[in-house]
Amino acid sequence: MPDIEAMHHHRHRGAVEETQSPSGHGSDLAQEVEAMRIQDPDRADEGLLRLKALGALLVLLRLGPVLILGVLVVIMANLSPVFATTQNLGNVLAQTAVIAILAIGQLLVILTRGIDLSVGSSLALSAVVGATVFGSSDGGALTVLAMLGTGAAVGAVNGLVLVYGRLPHPFIITLATLSIARGLALGISGGQPIRGMPDVVSTIGGDSATWLAAWLPNSTFLVAGVAVVTTVFLTRIVWGRWIYAVGGNPDGARRLGIPRSAVLISVYVCSGLLAGVAAIVTSGRLNAGSPTFGDLAELDAIAAVVIGGASFLGGRGHVGHALVGAFMIGVIRNGMNLLNIEAYLQLIVIGVVIVIAVESDVLRGRLESRFRVLQAAAS
Amino acid sequence: MSDAPALAVRGATKRFGAVLALDEVDVVAQHGEVLAVLGDNGAGKSTLINCISGVHRLDAGLIEVEGEEVSMSSPAVARAAGIETVYQDLALFDNLDATANLFAGREQAVPAWLPRGMRWMRRSEMNRASAERLRRLQISLPDRASSVGMMSGGQRQAVAVARSAAFASRIVILDEPTAALGLRESRQVLDLILRLRSEGCAVIVISHAMDHVMEIADRAVVMRRGRVVGEEVPRPENRSRLVSLIVGGES
Repeated sequence: MPDIEAMHHHRHRGAVEETQSPSGHGSDLAQEVEAMRIQDPDRADEGLLRLKALGALLVLLRLGPVLILGVLVVIMANLSPVFATTQNLGNVLAQTAVIAILAIGQLLVILTRGIDLSVGSSLALSAVVGATVFGSSDGGALTVLAMLGTGAAVGAVNGLVLVYGRLPHPFIITLATLSIARGLALGISGGQPIRGMPDVVSTIGGDSATWLAAWLPNSTFLVAGVAVVTTVFLTRIVWGRWIYAVGGNPDGARRLGIPRSAVLISVYVCSGLLAGVAAIVTSGRLNAGSPTFGDLAELDAIAAVVIGGASFLGGRGHVGHALVGAFMIGVIRNGMNLLNIEAYLQLIVIGVVIVIAVESDVLRGRLESRFRVLQAAAS
Repeated sequence: MSDAPALAVRGATKRFGAVLALDEVDVVAQHGEVLAVLGDNGAGKSTLINCISGVHRLDAGLIEVEGEEVSMSSPAVARAAGIETVYQDLALFDNLDATANLFAGREQAVPAWLPRGMRWMRRSEMNRASAERLRRLQISLPDRASSVGMMSGGQRQAVAVARSAAFASRIVILDEPTAALGLRESRQVLDLILRLRSEGCAVIVISHAMDHVMEIADRAVVMRRGRVVGEEVPRPENRSRLVSLIVGGES
């Protein structure tokens, strides 16, 4: 502790200049700014200005995804006369519903520093199980319960194996259930789509809210409902707070008596459950349960969360991020279809957007630590 | 407040395999006092702290809180007994704001008949309580609503200390509270420790920073090779004696 000897003098600001700066770049910078303030008040104002500029940049970075979505919509509306019609808006909403629901589930998992690769396969398994149950029972409520239960069950397997198998990371177990659930779906269905879904499922997934507007799909209300419930859960309920705590500092959460294992299991169950909800939307739209449903949907969901602005490193993000990301993907796909841009370019564009999003998250982290240092110096 | 000491450790012994980490250690901390635990690396300070805060269990000996024996079987038991520990890594949640950190794991929420995790958080009450707590400890944060990850080292340390003191805790243990801090930030944390003392807490500080110990500690016990080898009232004139106790020159 080289700096300790100066302790007793340092109540007088002037003494700070003479002391050696402690180790660590952060403190070096802080002292540099401090020294600046003492020597030259104008320079200190400059430091304050830098702080404000940095703060503004951070706000801009946080708003980035929403701004980009807005710009995308304006560009598409200008390039294609069809884009801004209510008919097409209904298409975008219907196409985005599944990604949005899966992305909200994925958000919960990513908040705890996890990842759920199994949701696309869970969706397919839920749809196939639902179609099978409907085929043999004819019951609407039973079918819906079977679909939700199947998704939740896959999620429970993910969570339980992650926690009690003491796995270092959920990547492998959810990769395994990605394979297993798809295999089960293919096996149960014999590799063929099973036709027929109960009315309640096709109404939710396939019909429009004709009582309000003919172009507005019912699934939009489902997305809105899931979004509201999840937001309330994350921001008002204790368990939601614990999800953020586990993501922010898993070991700290344990030491403070937060039930870390139960929190981790719960987010995978929720993600699986929402895969079941997404299965209802997909099956309802196509009036069938097919083992090919949801192919690569997990990647859309992960991409949506990340490009929407939630942190892939866990602990930061909310439902709005998942929704914005899902709509960004939806608008890019829809707009490029309308403009007759080939499918391979869509893939490339979405890939580039993912890189930009992750890079801006890294940049945000760096700017925040710089902001912290400057703020410490200015306070 | 009873006459019994806030914390009494008697005959504490802890063995890790062949290593005797604690050998019949007796330590007493009173209300309204700052007790420094000094010693070189490997002297047994951390083991002692870990046993008091429920991370390790004693092989022999007992720990009394206000005269009553408590079996420190887990960190939760220690917390329930009024013992709060500020670990060197602080165990803060960088992604949450100061209030959320202060209440982490014991959020105020209703209704009581629901399981704890399913309750509705009383956010405005928690905000009010944390503002009051921070004000009483004279901790000023740039913005209570910004995440702790955006705060300086001293502010983070202050939030961790405030958390440890937030819930009528009677004993606060701080592990190297100033080791990672600059001058001004150390100052703030030292002042904070003194404020905890004036509120009647028993404060136990592990530190290598002799000047800090001289300034804030009412008593200092020195450990070496798992034993308490001396106790002094730290003053500039017996500083060299403390140092020689620590390194084991004369005793």
